[in-house]
Amino acid sequence: MTSTPTAPPVEAGRAADVPGRPARRRRRRIGRFSPRDIAVIGLLLGLPLLLDLALIWGPALASIGLSFTSWDGLGEIRPVGLDNYVNIVSNYPPFWPAVWHNLLWLAFLGLVATPFGLFLAVLLDREMRFTRFYQTAFYLPVVLSLAVVGFLAQLIFSRDYGAANALLGRADNPVDWLGDPSINLWSVLLLVGWRHVGYVMLLYLAGLKAVDPALKEAAAIDGANEPQTFFRVVFPTLRPVNVIVLVITVIEALRAFDIVYAINRGRNGLELLSVLVTDNIVGEASRIGYGSAIAVILLLISTGFIAVYLVQVFRREDEA
Amino acid sequence: MSVGVGERVAAGGRSTVGGSSRRKRPASPWRVVIRVFLWAMALGWLVPLLLPLYASLRPYAETAAEGYFSLPKTLNFDYYVQAWQGGNLPRHFLNTLLVAVPAVVLTLFFASFVAFLISRRRLPGGRLLLILFTAGNLLPQQVVLTPLYLMYTKLPLPWWMSWPSELVYDSYWGIIAIHVAFQTGFCVFVLSNYMDTIPRELIEAATVDGAGVWRQYWRVVLPLVRPALGALGTLEFAWIYNDFLWAVVLMSTGDKLPVTSALNNLRSVYFTDYNLLAAGSILVALPTLIVFFVLQRQFVAGLTLGANKG
Repeated sequence: MTSTPTAPPVEAGRAADVPGRPARRRRRRIGRFSPRDIAVIGLLLGLPLLLDLALIWGPALASIGLSFTSWDGLGEIRPVGLDNYVNIVSNYPPFWPAVWHNLLWLAFLGLVATPFGLFLAVLLDREMRFTRFYQTAFYLPVVLSLAVVGFLAQLIFSRDYGAANALLGRADNPVDWLGDPSINLWSVLLLVGWRHVGYVMLLYLAGLKAVDPALKEAAAIDGANEPQTFFRVVFPTLRPVNVIVLVITVIEALRAFDIVYAINRGRNGLELLSVLVTDNIVGEASRIGYGSAIAVILLLISTGFIAVYLVQVFRREDEA
Repeated sequence: MSVGVGERVAAGGRSTVGGSSRRKRPASPWRVVIRVFLWAMALGWLVPLLLPLYASLRPYAETAAEGYFSLPKTLNFDYYVQAWQGGNLPRHFLNTLLVAVPAVVLTLFFASFVAFLISRRRLPGGRLLLILFTAGNLLPQQVVLTPLYLMYTKLPLPWWMSWPSELVYDSYWGIIAIHVAFQTGFCVFVLSNYMDTIPRELIEAATVDGAGVWRQYWRVVLPLVRPALGALGTLEFAWIYNDFLWAVVLMSTGDKLPVTSALNNLRSVYFTDYNLLAAGSILVALPTLIVFFVLQRQFVAGLTLGANKG
């Protein structure tokens, strides 16, 4: 306690190495680390930092480097400049569909699923009865892995015996929900949205619970109706949650992989950038340089959003 | 409408406009609409889970002939037995535990220590560390996949740590390491925010009393962040349990795969039998569902822990 700025400098009198030193010097001394401390820190900070650098940042930088080479993982590493990028953009058939699917993914999650999650949160914030049941039902899918959801999807959407066709009375004239490349993306997005809505709802619900009720009361006294109160008073206070939801939405859209991989390995209408990366390195044709270039494109897109997020988070911290 | 006393108090405490809205509530047709809507939505939300559950209890021939929405003639657990044995699930569950338990424990241990240094000991360069860890966690996994895969296939491990490959590739250690690397970022971020609420004076007092960094961390900080550790542990377990990508890419021996990734096998063996696949999926989802229902409060707290600060 003695070293807080407001506390009187009494610690000079305490038994320690050199009595009588000015209080300020001693306070700095307390902040320092002994040799044993440094050993502990070296080990327990060093290990996770090493893992982080060796398994995440190192490989991320290596991806950038490899993207300028034509390497098959075995032979020589030959630099080819921007060839991979040019090739990907100009004559790699699945690339543009994958970009388009990622964008649709982003648009669907951002413009449909996220607002719907917010809407449910607002309703649940008012509704008192059975609220636990509703909440549990909505965020239960969040617990499931997208791979499992991918398998359940086959039961629901399979062409011949799927539940969706039975439900829509199309058993005689079945729709191939997962096989038809013009439809399957939407079937998948429906399931992805199913899971995303619950997560978003939960985050907004937590945010709404933290809103000072006095704000709403003040707005009501000023004669604001409910939509006005929400959009002008409540929603702006949810800004931190909005940023987090935005980042989760973007990251989910860019990371999307499990569900399409579980359904059909991301082919035939379900191509995604993440699948193309995986295909190029683990497939039969190991095209490391090529796969890396796609990964770098993914990296560039996500870095922008990550930077926005970090700026927001740390600015908030500085204000606090 | 009978609202419990506790709920009524809670409603008065935070719901909209105190008295007037409470008086309005019972008869409002608007509320009825909302309630019907919420019920419909919540039930609709459960359908994709209840339907496989129902299907998994019936023979496939029966659902194929009568459709999924028919009354059952036979209900039994045959498919569960079949999936459990045929899919070699016990083995894969064990694999998951071998990966998830050490990964969660190590992640929480490292992350809490790093967060303590950054948040309460003002380590020089702490801000940079925090950014490094947090941003690393947000990168799409595929960005690091290629070099990681190459590195794993080149780094040797002694045979008793990785058999039969004798590489980091195809070993539990490799999977644990990448989980720890990725998840530490998220946990450092959440825990350092959480620790900001611990009075710094507490640690300074411990310093004056001669406690080293380890003691301050282990004896002072760790007991205080126990609720956050519980919440994060639940969440991290679910995430690591649900992992699909790392195991699929960084392992090759089918018998060593964690259970979520092993679901793939179940499909290739029994391609057409969707009811069996449903039973398998439910078995695989069961542990996370149990954790979720038992530790619901912690799970939800974990999900919102990083979100509602500020």
